[in-house]
Amino acid sequence: MPESEPLNHVINVVVAGLGGQGVIKASDILADAVFRAGFDVKKAEVHGMSQRGGSVNSDVRFGPRVFSPMIPDGEADFLVVLAEDQVETNRNRLRANGVLIDPSAIGAAALSNPRTLNVALLGLLSTRLPVEETHWIEALRANLPEKILEINMKAFQAGRTVTR
Amino acid sequence: MIQPTMERILLSGNEAIALAAKNAGVALGTGYPGTPSTEILENFSELGGKAQWSPNEKVALEVALGAAFAGARALVTMKHVGLNVAADPLFTAAYTGVSGALVVVSADDPGMASSQNEQDNRHYAEAAGVPMLEPSDSQEAYDFTAAAFEISTRWRLPVLLRVTTRICHSKSIVQPRAIPKPEAEPSFVRDIEGRVMIPAYARPAHRKLRAKLAEIAAWNETSDLHQVIAGEKSLGIITSGVSYQHVREAAPQASVLKLGMTYPLPLNRIQVFVESIERSVVIEEGDPYLDHAIRAAGVTVEGKPEMYRFGELNVNRVRRILARDESPEPVPPRGKPPQLCPGCAHRSVFQVLHDLDCIVSGDIGCYTLGVLPPFQAMDTCVCMGASIGAGLGLRHVLPRDQARRVVSVIGDSTFIHSGITGLAEMVYNPPATGHVVIILDNSTTAMTGLQEHPGTGRSLDHSPAHKIEFEDLARSLGIPHVHTLDPVKETDALKDLLQNLLAHEELALVIARRPCILASRKIREYEAAAQQSNAECHYATRET
Repeated sequence: MPESEPLNHVINVVVAGLGGQGVIKASDILADAVFRAGFDVKKAEVHGMSQRGGSVNSDVRFGPRVFSPMIPDGEADFLVVLAEDQVETNRNRLRANGVLIDPSAIGAAALSNPRTLNVALLGLLSTRLPVEETHWIEALRANLPEKILEINMKAFQAGRTVTR
Repeated sequence: MIQPTMERILLSGNEAIALAAKNAGVALGTGYPGTPSTEILENFSELGGKAQWSPNEKVALEVALGAAFAGARALVTMKHVGLNVAADPLFTAAYTGVSGALVVVSADDPGMASSQNEQDNRHYAEAAGVPMLEPSDSQEAYDFTAAAFEISTRWRLPVLLRVTTRICHSKSIVQPRAIPKPEAEPSFVRDIEGRVMIPAYARPAHRKLRAKLAEIAAWNETSDLHQVIAGEKSLGIITSGVSYQHVREAAPQASVLKLGMTYPLPLNRIQVFVESIERSVVIEEGDPYLDHAIRAAGVTVEGKPEMYRFGELNVNRVRRILARDESPEPVPPRGKPPQLCPGCAHRSVFQVLHDLDCIVSGDIGCYTLGVLPPFQAMDTCVCMGASIGAGLGLRHVLPRDQARRVVSVIGDSTFIHSGITGLAEMVYNPPATGHVVIILDNSTTAMTGLQEHPGTGRSLDHSPAHKIEFEDLARSLGIPHVHTLDPVKETDALKDLLQNLLAHEELALVIARRPCILASRKIREYEAAAQQSNAECHYATRET
């Protein structure tokens, strides 16, 4: 979707996985990228106890105007899941004909470091969203420490070039 | 890390509160870590504000109050249950008032994402008699923090900024604005009758408080903290906080009265709104606080069915409330529950407690997860510090064969927070069978995200500070048996020791000490940085 077309509705993305996988980091990057692209954006998640190895998910919503920070069940346009065993527990978040993006879309072998899976799946997601690549690159730079930036840039590009 | 800026910026509610506090010229921020409030002080510190963790919320509020007595602006942050601990100073601080400004942030956790209850702290505003503001997104978290300081300064009262998990931890766009800073530097001005709450001075102070609240209520009728969204006359919604956002999405056609200051309430304004509408519904998370207050004032509104008192609201639940739908709600699929990290030292302790069939009086922290399989080694968990008192109570009345199996377990940060008084109780009123307390010392406040406390030897910003030694403290209290060991390297020794102590029926404190695996690398870095700065300091001294 080119950025020049005005977006007249809210796009809902759920990012899900397990504590320690970088779910929150991925949603931070996503929210920052769409913010840089000029959209209204809200992001919601729950911190604390759930981060001790349990299920973690984060909602990112963007468009001309966003009200609730939480995506109602059954209204997510995209469900990005970092752990295969978290797909079923989150499937109820997706709308009919919503898009599921899970690790099988990338293939762990394509990544030089499995810890960059979160950013690789963002790369794949990025090809489906009305946000220019430059905003994604800026968001990656702003949200990742220097020493792991390059490997994540590569993962992002690996995700962008996946053809399903 | 957020930067001090006046640009449009994407911020969490906690970050927005911190930025506003910095821009409002807050001289001191205090608090005790607690989800979802923790990041406020951390961000305030990163922005260059003076921020410090106190041993608990009561002390934090008292320190902030002292700063406000001195004419400074002070911020104190805590989670909802923390305000129970700090309630004692809060209620009387409403009588004394402040000379600078004092904003108390209560971060509530409806739905209990990371808490032991879902109490609704809006009741505290009315009970203590302090004005309360409720932001509905990060922009308002910024604006209402600023407004809270302005109101506190003007009426010389503490102000409660009541936020919830979805305000604290949701990000949305903020346009910061300049906030008027305090006009005078802190300076002591004696006001004995105003600040020394003996009955003779407290009686007039209470009347003065009520007069201030009446004035604020009148001001609030026309304040710009509230917002009316004009819509259809057939449905009007009265709401506040994050519920407002759900309402706008669930009922875009409705008329809405969004309340910004929810104590004291603008009752005339509410009445005027209700009179213009056919059906007025109050949409609020938690207890029917607004609903009861509005109906008690003789204004006819519709509340929510009792089933929606429980848990968070969301767009779908607001749709259901508006449709008067009381049918059972769909149960979301259960995710993977949280668990103790692989390699966590608490695992070894709970395995031993499980093997010894102990009755475990537990406490608040990561280690509460010891209740889950495979350990199931926790029998009570109520509030910060309760492990020791409740363990002693069990010991006092249980038959001897059960009493001697009772062990209290408490984390290091929780021990500092409210376990020390438990030890005083233990040596003062020892049970006939003695007692065993284990401090699970992982050298950090792990559950809330690795914050420092007075037992770590580091300040909020991780720079070196005085360290309280638990062993010295316990011995000074007169506890006869004090032992320290590493629960991972010395698991068998821990088991033998516990068996021994339980059989001896005396008072004992065991410190199971091993740094949290998530914190240990950072702790080494902080220690290295401290050594480096020590060495440089030494070098500089020698040179001069």
